[in-house]
Order: sequence, then C-alpha cells, then structure tokens
Amino acid sequence: MSLKKVVITGMGAISPFGIGVKPLMEGLYSGHSAVISQKSEWEEQVKDLNCWVGAPVKETLPSKSISRQYRRTMGPTAIMSLLAANEAIGDAGISESILTSGRTGVSFSSSTGSAESLTQYFREYFSSASLKNISSGTFFQVMSHTCAANIAHALNIKGRVISPDAACSSSTQAIGLGYEAIKYGLQDFMLCGGSDELDAVVCGSFDLLNATSCRFNDKPTETPRPFDRDRDGTVCGEGAGCIILEAEESATRRGAHILAEIVGFSTLSDGTHLAQSHSDSIERCMEQALENSNLTPKDIDYINAHATGTIQGDLSEAGAIRNVFGDRGVPVSSLKGHMGHTLGASGALELAASVRMLNDGILVPTLNLIHPGKGCEGIDHLMDIRRIQITTFLKNSFAFGGINSILVIRRYFKRND
Amino acid sequence: MTEQEIAERVKKILIEEFELKEEELSPEASLYDELGLDSLDSVDLVVALEHEFKFKVVRNLDEEKIRSIRTLSDIHRFIIEKQKTLPMPNQ
Repeated sequence: MSLKKVVITGMGAISPFGIGVKPLMEGLYSGHSAVISQKSEWEEQVKDLNCWVGAPVKETLPSKSISRQYRRTMGPTAIMSLLAANEAIGDAGISESILTSGRTGVSFSSSTGSAESLTQYFREYFSSASLKNISSGTFFQVMSHTCAANIAHALNIKGRVISPDAACSSSTQAIGLGYEAIKYGLQDFMLCGGSDELDAVVCGSFDLLNATSCRFNDKPTETPRPFDRDRDGTVCGEGAGCIILEAEESATRRGAHILAEIVGFSTLSDGTHLAQSHSDSIERCMEQALENSNLTPKDIDYINAHATGTIQGDLSEAGAIRNVFGDRGVPVSSLKGHMGHTLGASGALELAASVRMLNDGILVPTLNLIHPGKGCEGIDHLMDIRRIQITTFLKNSFAFGGINSILVIRRYFKRND
Repeated sequence: MTEQEIAERVKKILIEEFELKEEELSPEASLYDELGLDSLDSVDLVVALEHEFKFKVVRNLDEEKIRSIRTLSDIHRFIIEKQKTLPMPNQ
C-alpha cells in the first residue's frame, strides 16, 4: 500500500486574542499578553483559589450564527470548535459535497466536555437530587466527545469521527490521528483540532496540584513565564483551533493553497508518572517523531515547545531538547506566555500559529522569558522576534496522564521540486 | 385559566425557548413537520410546560397522550386536561 502525503490546506482559530487566525497572529506578533485578572468572575464560584488570572476569549462568540437545532447540544467548547472549523473550511475552500462525501472525517477533542454545562448540570442535580429540570441537550454538551460529535452533526460529516481525549495533548494527538487516517488512505480530508473553556473549576483543578501561577495575581500580563527563572506555574486559557488535513493528491487536484506538510507524528506514554512527563519520555517521543518522518535532529530548525510555565514541566522539556538536539542551537519558543495554556486547544492553536510563522518567516519569542531558569539553559531560547526562513519544525504537547504527542511539520515543496 | 391564556403562554414558550417565529404558530401548525421540532425538543417542551403550568407529567400515565400531540391545539387540550387533575387551592 502506498502511503499518502498529508498537507494542511486550512486553519481556523478562536483564541484569547479573538475570533480568527488573523487576530491570533496580530496578538502574537505584537508581543501582547492576553492574560487578565479573573478574580471578579471566579470568586463566587470557587472561593479559595490561589490563581486568579486567566486568558479568556474576550469577544462574544457569534453563537446565534449556528442554528438552534445544532446549538442546543453545544456548550461553549463545541461552539468554539464549530466556529473554528467553519473558518478553516472557508480557508481551505472545501465544498459541502466534499464534507458530506464520506471521504471527510473529524478528529477533534477537549480535556472534558463543556465545563460550564457540567457545572450547571451538577448544580441542578445537587440542589434538587433530580435530573428532571436538565434540558435534553445538556448531556450532549458535557459528553467527552462533544466537540467531534457536534462538528460532525452540524456539518453532516459521513466519514470517521475520532475524539482522543488526552487532556493538554488532546488536539496534537487529534491532528496526529487525522494525519494517520489520511496517510493510510482511509480518508481524504480530516477536520482536526481541539478546544477547552476557561473555567474556575478547571483552573481550580490545576490549582489543587500546585500547577498554577499564583504570584502574579496583581500583574497578570507577567505570567505564565515559560522557561524563566521566576516561573511559578501555568495560567489557564481557552479557545479552539482547527487544522484541515488533506491528501496531497486531493489538494493538488483541487488547486488548493497548501500551507505546510505534516511529515511525522509520535504519541506515547510516559509510563512512570500520571501528573508529569519526564525528560526520558519526551526524548523518546521526539526521537520517535523524527524517525517517523525519516529526519534527524539536524533537519529541525524550530521547536514550538509545550512549556506551560510550571517548574517541573519546563525543566523536563528543556532537558529533553538539550539531550536530543545537543548544542546545535535550534530556536525554541512557547506561545503560552502570550495566551496562557489553552489546554485541549493548545496543540491546534499553537500549530496554526507556527504554520503561519513558517510561511511569514517570523518566529515569535517566549513572552515573559527574561532569565532562563536553572536547568532550562543551554538551548536557543527565542527572546525577541526573529526573522528567519525555517523549513521543518516540531510541535510538542504533553498532558496529565503522561501522554506525550509531537508533530513534525515541513514547508511544502511540490513533489517535482 | 382560559384557553386563550393557555395559548398565549404556550406561544411564549415556543418563541423564547425554541426560537420559533410568532407568525408560524397557528393552532393547527404541526410541531414536527412544519415547526421542525424533534424528539429532543419534545423532552424539553414537557419540562417547560410543567414549569409554566405547575403540573407533573407522569410517564406511565401520560406517555400515550404526549406521543399523540401533533399541533399547538393538541398541547392546549393536553394542558386543560392536566389542569383538571390538579388539586383545588383549598384542598
């Protein structure tokens, strides 16, 4: 069986910088932080948080653009997913007949179903010990595959629907599984990505594990601080990212604008700890992704890091990068300093931004990284905008549950080049 | 409560919760074929009617009647019948 080449032909984003890929890139290129205080919103929901900052989507979502028939089963996470998918579909120029052909599938996920809907569900249940007043759509809003299922329903998708819930690795894994579905000839198009909502209870869960930033509540834009010596934890964000993957032969036949090629993917388990990935497993994942791409470390000229600003997580990732890439000086940056950790959306949003950086010849630095912390040194941290033409990069994502996922992306060259 | 009042309240529910347009809501409009409601909506409609008219739908007793509802008029008749089973205020 001949393996198919897989290319990216469309992207969509709902991010803390706004609705669309355009505001996402404007925010990143301008070097702004989208992190703000959440205290007034959160203190009535969870009274004893340590972290009171977050990166919400500040614009009102145009939810009413989705008809009630579809919207009634969607919480904010599925709504953001569908809006991002619609942008990506427009970007790729995919027709309705392609979407409904059975050759198009969906691979989309989130850490949980809608956090907001879940809270409403249990608020009603615990106050009345009854489910009688819960509307019929609520279950579909809180189920773990709400994003994938609702996208498929709203767009009348007839191909495969995959929802690989893998916490903060969710959308990178979803894109990787979509890549494999096309590579092995099972689908021609895959709508891939992920989403999550900013929610006091979600932030509280990170808080409980001492993984949140709590020393910058009065200066939100200064946190998170990936790889920095003063980092003290992550900051939750929200959004949705959608990447449209397509078989190269289909994209060429359609005359589609090809944004980049996916050349490799690896996902594996840390196997030793549920809450943090160790350097060893991150190294294994990077090596496996390179092997899957038939590339070596010297072929990589940018790493879009997972680095969320936690003490241990950044240390493990920096150590693994040093071990695999040595002192070759591969530029590294994390976009979480700008928009916090968008959880299930982070892989797709940061990949979309990195694909744009690849095409624009601009690499965005790690915001709030001023002094690389002990153990995070010895790699080429991007501290300022760098104008550089890159060819191949890695997108790293790691998750609670010890799930590592890495994609290898290359500038697209026509086959006869 | 008069039938007119019942009709107005049902209309309000259908406009506010199901985003239907007032001009579509004639008494003989078919809920499923013309107004586009489906099985999930019928679950929510029952809950909304229970709240608005303060009765309880009992699955075993009312299931057949609920299933036979096809139009707005059918809803009105169902409500009138249910209200007859409600206890009087002085009981």
